[in-house]
Amino acid sequence: MIPVLLILIPLITGLITFAFSTADSAKKIALLSAVATLVVAGWSVCCTPASALRFDIAWLPVMGSRFTLEMDGMSKMLCLLTGISFPMIFLAIFRQETKSAPAFFGWMLLSQAGLMGVFLAADALVFYFFWELALIPVYFLCSIWGGERRIAVTFKFFIYTFLGSLLMLTGIIYLSYHSPGASFAIEALTKAALSETQRNGLFWLFFIAFAIKMPIFPLHTWQPDAYEESPTAVTMVMSGIMVKMGLYAVVRWLLPVYPQSSALYSDVIIAFSVIGILYASFIAMQQNNLKRLIAYSSIAHIGLMCAALFTAQPSAYQGVMIQMFSHGINVIGLWIIADAIEKQLGTRLLSEMGGLAQKAPTLAILLVIMGLANVALPLTNSFIGEFMMFNGLFRYNMVWAGVAGISIILAAVYTLRMIQKVLYGPLNPTTETATDIPATAKWALFVLVVLVIVGGVYPQPLIDLTNDTVQALITKH
Amino acid sequence: MNAIIFSALWGVVMMFSGIVTQNKKTITGLSVLGLVLLLFINCLHAYGIWVIKLDTLGALHFDSIGLFFNAIAIFATLLYVVLSGKDIENTGVHAAEYYALLFFVLTGVSILTAFNGLLMLFLGIEIMTIPLYILTGADKRNLKSNEASLKYFLMGSFSTGIMLMGIALIYGATGKFGIAGGISLAPSTGLAVRPSFLEVGGMILLFVSMCFKVSAAPFHFWTPDVYDGAPAVFTSFMATIVKSAGFFAFIKLFDAHTAVLGDSWNILVPFVILITLLIGNITAVFQQSVKRMLAYSSIAQAGFMLFALYGNNDLSKEGILLYAFSYSLATIGIFAVLIKLKDYSLDGFNGLATEYPLLAFSTAICLLSLAGIPLTGGFFAKYYMLSAAIKAGGIFWLVIVAVLLAAVSVYYYFRVIQAMYFKSGAPSFNQPITKAFQFTLFGVAVMIILLGLFPNLLLNFFYF
Repeated sequence: MIPVLLILIPLITGLITFAFSTADSAKKIALLSAVATLVVAGWSVCCTPASALRFDIAWLPVMGSRFTLEMDGMSKMLCLLTGISFPMIFLAIFRQETKSAPAFFGWMLLSQAGLMGVFLAADALVFYFFWELALIPVYFLCSIWGGERRIAVTFKFFIYTFLGSLLMLTGIIYLSYHSPGASFAIEALTKAALSETQRNGLFWLFFIAFAIKMPIFPLHTWQPDAYEESPTAVTMVMSGIMVKMGLYAVVRWLLPVYPQSSALYSDVIIAFSVIGILYASFIAMQQNNLKRLIAYSSIAHIGLMCAALFTAQPSAYQGVMIQMFSHGINVIGLWIIADAIEKQLGTRLLSEMGGLAQKAPTLAILLVIMGLANVALPLTNSFIGEFMMFNGLFRYNMVWAGVAGISIILAAVYTLRMIQKVLYGPLNPTTETATDIPATAKWALFVLVVLVIVGGVYPQPLIDLTNDTVQALITKH
Repeated sequence: MNAIIFSALWGVVMMFSGIVTQNKKTITGLSVLGLVLLLFINCLHAYGIWVIKLDTLGALHFDSIGLFFNAIAIFATLLYVVLSGKDIENTGVHAAEYYALLFFVLTGVSILTAFNGLLMLFLGIEIMTIPLYILTGADKRNLKSNEASLKYFLMGSFSTGIMLMGIALIYGATGKFGIAGGISLAPSTGLAVRPSFLEVGGMILLFVSMCFKVSAAPFHFWTPDVYDGAPAVFTSFMATIVKSAGFFAFIKLFDAHTAVLGDSWNILVPFVILITLLIGNITAVFQQSVKRMLAYSSIAQAGFMLFALYGNNDLSKEGILLYAFSYSLATIGIFAVLIKLKDYSLDGFNGLATEYPLLAFSTAICLLSLAGIPLTGGFFAKYYMLSAAIKAGGIFWLVIVAVLLAAVSVYYYFRVIQAMYFKSGAPSFNQPITKAFQFTLFGVAVMIILLGLFPNLLLNFFYF
C-alpha cells in the first residue's frame, strides 16, 4: 500500500491545489502534502513487511502489462530523497512571491507524483508512463515561470528527452515481445531470449534515453540552459531528483536486463563519462554565471556516478547509491543558496558579486559547508560515496581512475573559486545593501546541513538500506 | 445493413427538411437525432436485430470488427456535429443539404466497413467521396474553396480511374470480384502458383489508388490544398472520419492479398510509410497556419496508420480501431476550436489559456494525444502501431525512424500549446464560446484521457 500512497498523495493534492484561488492556501497545502509524503517515505524505510512494499493489480491484460509497484532498497532511498527534497524546496521559496502560485504548486506536486512513479514502477510500460509524466509538469513549470529564453530552452529540453524516451519505448516493446509470456514485468524482461546483436542494439536504445536524462557527454547540451532558465525551485527538482532518474534507470532497467552488453560497452561508456567529467569541470572553472557553474559541476558529478555504475565493482555500486542521495541533498542546498543570492542581488554573475560574507554571515557559513560537500571533503556526505566510486573505478581500470581523479582537484578549484568570488573581496554597489538569507530558507538549509554532516560521519544506514539492490546487481553480473 | 439503409434514408429526410423548415437549429437537431438513431441501429445489428435479409450474393459481409468500426465512425460524426453544428449552419446557405451529404458519406463508410468484393469497395469509395467534392466547395463565394473542390474532384476522379483499372485487371486475371484471394497451391506439385502478371498489376493499381484516398505519399499532393481550401468544418470531417474509413478499407482489402505481391509488398509498404512520415512531419514543421499544419499532420498520422497495413496481424486490427478513434477525437476537438477562431495562424491561439482555461486545457489534451504522449489515447494508438510492426518483423529500422519523426511532430503540436499557454494575446472568435461548447470539448478531452488510461474500455468491445 505504501507505494500507492507515495504516488497518490502528491497526485491528488496537486490536482486540488490547482483549484485554490489564493497563493497562501496553495502554499500551505503543498507544504502539508509534501510533509505527508515525507512521512510515508520515512515509514517505508522503517517498514519491514515486504507485502506493504508491493502493489500489483491488473491493468492492461491484453498487452501483458500489470500496474506493478515495488520498493527495494534503492527505491526506498530515492523515494526518501524525493520526500525530503520537496518540503525543503517549498520551505525555501515559501516567502517568495510566485505569480499564479496555485498552478505553480500544483504542477510541482504533479511532478513529484511522476518522479515517485518512476522510482517505484516494476513494469516497463508503467515505468515508461511515469518517465514521461514526470516530464510534462516540468515542461509547463519551466515554460511559464522560467527566465527570458524559457520557451526555446525548455522546448529543446523536452524534445531531447522525449526523443530519448521514444527510443526506449521501441526498445521496451521489442524486448517485451521477446520476453516469456510477452510480459512487461521486470523479471520477465531479464529472461528475454535475444541474440547478441539484438541485445546490443537494444542496450543502446535504452542507454541513450537514460544518458540524455543524466546527462552524459555529448548529450548534455540541454542541461546548462535548462537549469539556468528554469525557476530555481524547478532546477532543484531537475538537478536534485530528475537526473537520478537516469542513474536509477540504469541500475533497474539496464544492468540486470543486459548484463553482457553492459560489460561489453563499459569501456565506451566510461570513456564518455570521463570525458564529460573533465569537460564539465573545465567549463565550470571558467564560468562567470553562478547557476551555470552549479549546472556544469552537476554534470561532472553525474558523469562519475555513471562511470562507476559500469565498473561492475560492488564498492562502486555502493558508492553510487550513497552518492545519489548525497548529491541530491548537496545540489539542492547549493541551489537554495544560489537562489537566495540571486533574489538579493538581482544578478547571477560572479563578477558582480563579492564581500557577501560581511553582509550575510549565515549565508556565508551555509555556502561554505555546501561548497565543501560539493568538493567531497571528508566528514561531508559525498566523501564516502566518491571514495567508494573511485575505489571501484580503480579496481576496474587504473588509467580511467587516474584521469577521472583529476576531477577531484578540479572540483575544489571551481568550488573554492566560486566561494571566493561570492563571499570575499571588497563590497561593490550591488552587494552593498545585501541582507542575510530569509528565515524559511535558512531552516531548510539547516536541515540539509545536518543531513550533510550526519551522512558524512555515519553513512552506514544508507549502506544498509541499499544493500539488497547492490547484492542483486552483483549476482546478475 | 441497418446502417447502410438508415443513413441513406435519413439523408433524404435531411434533404427535404430544408423545405419544411428554415430554422437551422431544428435542422441540426434533426441530424443529431438521426445520428443517435443511426448509432443505435448499427449496434442493434451486432445483436442481429432489425437486419433486412437481402441476398447480396456475398458482396457484403458484416463482421463484428466492421460494425464496431462503423459505430466509431458514427459516434465521431455525432461528436463532430454536436461540437461544430453551429459552424456547419453558418457555412454557405444550405445547412440541410450539408447534413444530407454527411449522411450519404456515412452510407459510403458503412459500405466500406462491410465490403466483401471489389465492386462494393468501389461503390463505397465513390459514395463516400462524391458528397465530399460538394462539401469542399460548400463555401461557394470563396475562390479558394472552389479551387480546392475542383482540384479534389479532378484528382479524385483520376484515382478512381486507376482503381477501376486495377479492378478490371484483377477481374480479367481471376474472373471474379471477390477479395478472398491469396495464393493458391497447384494441386499436382504443392508449390505456390505464381500469380499472373495481370493480377499483380491490378493489385498495385489498387494499392496506388488507396494510397491516394488516405493521402499517403507520394500521392498526397492534393491533401494540403484541399484541406486548406475547404471550409474548416468540412476539413475536420474529411481529415478524421473519412480518412479513417479509407484506412479501414485499405487494411481490409489487403488483408488476404499481401501474398499476391510477394516480396515486393515488403518493399512497397515500407517505402510508402517512410516517405509519408518524412514528408508529413517535416513539412508540418514549417507551417504557420494551424489549419495547414493539421493537413500535413494528417499525412504524418497516415504514415503511422500504415504500419497497421504492413503489420497485417491481430494487433494491427485492434490498433487501427484505437488509432482511428483517438485520432478522430483529437482532430475533431482541435478543429472545433480552430473553426471558431478568426485567425487560423499560430498567433491566433495566443493567450487562449488565460481567457478560456477549460477550452485551452481540452485543446492541449487533444494536441498531446496527437503527439502520442502517455496518458492520452494517442499514446496507445501509436503504441499499437509500433507493436504491430515489431511483431510483423523485418522493419525495425523503420520503427526507429518513425519514432524519431514522432519526436519531430512534438515540435509542431507543441507550438500550439506554447501559443495558448506561454504567449499573451487576446484571441478573437467568430462567434461566442458557449459554456455548453466548452463542456462538450472537455468531455472529449476526458474521453481521450480515459482511452489513454484504459484502452481496454474500447478494445473489450472488440472481443464481444
